[in-house]
Amino acid sequence: MLGFLFRRTIQAIVVILGVVLIVFVLSQLIPGGECKAVLGPKATIGNCVHFNRLNGLNLPVWDQFYHYVVGLLHGNLGYSYKFNQGVTAVIKERLPKTLVLVGTATVVALIISIPLGIFQVVRRNRPSDYVATGFSFMFYAMPSFLLGTLLIIWFAFDLKWFPVSPPSTGSAWEIFSNPRAFFLPVITLAAVTIAAFSRYMRSSMMDALTEDYVRTARAKGASNRRVIYGHALRNALIPILTLLGLSLPAIVSGAVITEDVFNYPGMGQLTVYAASNSDIPLVLGTTLVVTVATVIGSLLADLLYAIADPRIRFGSTGS
Amino acid sequence: MTDPEGVHEDPVFGFDTTKTPVPIGFEAISPDEMVPAGGESTSTGGLGLQIARVFVQNKLAVAGLIVIVGMVLFCFVGPFLYHTNQTDQQAVLNSSVVANTGPAKGQPLGTDGTGFDILGRLMYGGQTSLIVGFASAAVATIVGVIYGALSGFFGSWPDAALMRFVDILLSIPVLFLLIALVTIFHASELLLIIVIAFVSWLVPARLIRGETLSLRVREYVQAVQVMGGSRRRIIGRHIIPNAVGTIVVFATFQVADSILLLAALGFLGFGVPAPGTDWGTMLSNGADAAGNGWWWQIYPAGIAIVLVVVAFNFVGDALRDALEVRLQRR
Repeated sequence: MLGFLFRRTIQAIVVILGVVLIVFVLSQLIPGGECKAVLGPKATIGNCVHFNRLNGLNLPVWDQFYHYVVGLLHGNLGYSYKFNQGVTAVIKERLPKTLVLVGTATVVALIISIPLGIFQVVRRNRPSDYVATGFSFMFYAMPSFLLGTLLIIWFAFDLKWFPVSPPSTGSAWEIFSNPRAFFLPVITLAAVTIAAFSRYMRSSMMDALTEDYVRTARAKGASNRRVIYGHALRNALIPILTLLGLSLPAIVSGAVITEDVFNYPGMGQLTVYAASNSDIPLVLGTTLVVTVATVIGSLLADLLYAIADPRIRFGSTGS
Repeated sequence: MTDPEGVHEDPVFGFDTTKTPVPIGFEAISPDEMVPAGGESTSTGGLGLQIARVFVQNKLAVAGLIVIVGMVLFCFVGPFLYHTNQTDQQAVLNSSVVANTGPAKGQPLGTDGTGFDILGRLMYGGQTSLIVGFASAAVATIVGVIYGALSGFFGSWPDAALMRFVDILLSIPVLFLLIALVTIFHASELLLIIVIAFVSWLVPARLIRGETLSLRVREYVQAVQVMGGSRRRIIGRHIIPNAVGTIVVFATFQVADSILLLAALGFLGFGVPAPGTDWGTMLSNGADAAGNGWWWQIYPAGIAIVLVVVAFNFVGDALRDALEVRLQRR
């Protein structure tokens, strides 16, 4: 277990270092340099020389990278020219909101999709299984921007069941003070994940039911209920935890769309706003922070996986 | 499949069709009825014919193929039959056409916020969506196949380093990476193709690497090595051709994914610059006016995206079965 965790943590650190390097390379690729991006295309050479000297951009690339990494370690992500303040300060109140949105959507997705998958196995190849399959396929195929737009039109504008957008002020926890306003964004973000996870849960459960230990349990006269919940379920859940870690980047990606559709003030909306104003340092800053958060999230999911799987919990092997 | 958010995203419907009795969408045929392509089948005819036979048995796949062909014809031949002005914004503003009007005679799907005819715009934007989808899927597949084959073939530390690079890029949520790239390089149609390909070659690289790892220890590859065949020959003539099933199936799914990624970018406002358009941009413009009840600005583009994406996925599923590829996506 400890060996697994150690290796997995080292791997996460390597990935984070790699992402830092990639984000730095991206910042070096800006056509015309950061100077033109900030001062505008009409900046003279003199302006740029001055700008570069001021910001240390005339140094060799390696020194710049060194200063960049040292800055990161001090929590300095660069300077947002649109907001006229440090990227860290801009991000600080946005990040918790995205974490709350992604976290809630993921939990909701797990709470719905795992029982749904079990239900489909219990009633396999009967009409209710097919109906659930049909729905999950529909939501799987539905792009989240379309789903979000349709949900707003149907349930916010036409039926007026929910507000059009969630509360945009206050701390991340205030979002829960108005759950109705939070409902549509969470459903939009969770829908694809529910569809995917319930399918995965169904096939994972089906696989578990073909195992020898299930046959043994049946031979000993265990009821169907006991076989499913007592023997198969825990084993079927293990692949879901792996999938959870792998799906996190996709869910976070979906948060960009959801936040844009519902005007939810998180990292995704901030990134879109920064990008449409060509605020490249801010875009790169949010990308870096969100990726690090995702990598940590995947690491936590793998931690759960290690706890759930006795082969890893007790064994020295396992990858 | 999907979800830029995940779009995408992905691993599930491709999961293990051999064990699951009823893979999604394939209720019509059970796995037992399917003829294993190139296997111990009793039917006559070449391998290609057998593959085609398995494919045609799948009604959903045939429907998907019809939708794809129909959509290509609609977007590329349609404008010759249904003339509309989709490029000259000034002419539209100067004309008598009223913006945001619903379906009526002469404009079956109404007009958008500028006054462009939506049916014509659907064709015009569809050209972009389809071209970018096909082209970036092609680029991503080619790059990914070469990268994955080299990585798997060399093995040991180059393989580890090359694959770590893939892991790192895959850990960046795809839309953030796309937005960063589009901001830095400013969008044009060609750039969108490159940028979408840049975030999409990672999965095929992994798949082909895995395939190569198992292929390179086969007897026929060892035989070529013993006979002094060059590495280039082994990879180009022996490994990649044997992975062609995986490649074709991946490329099919990737067209759907690329169209979705472009649509997501368009929806966020980073699609092709005006007066050009794509389905995502059209949907975005329509959604901005969602409260006004102008449904004709939302549904056509939305339906077009879903239709094409689902069609490519049906075809990809059927190809996977026909070519017997066990593709665990991602």
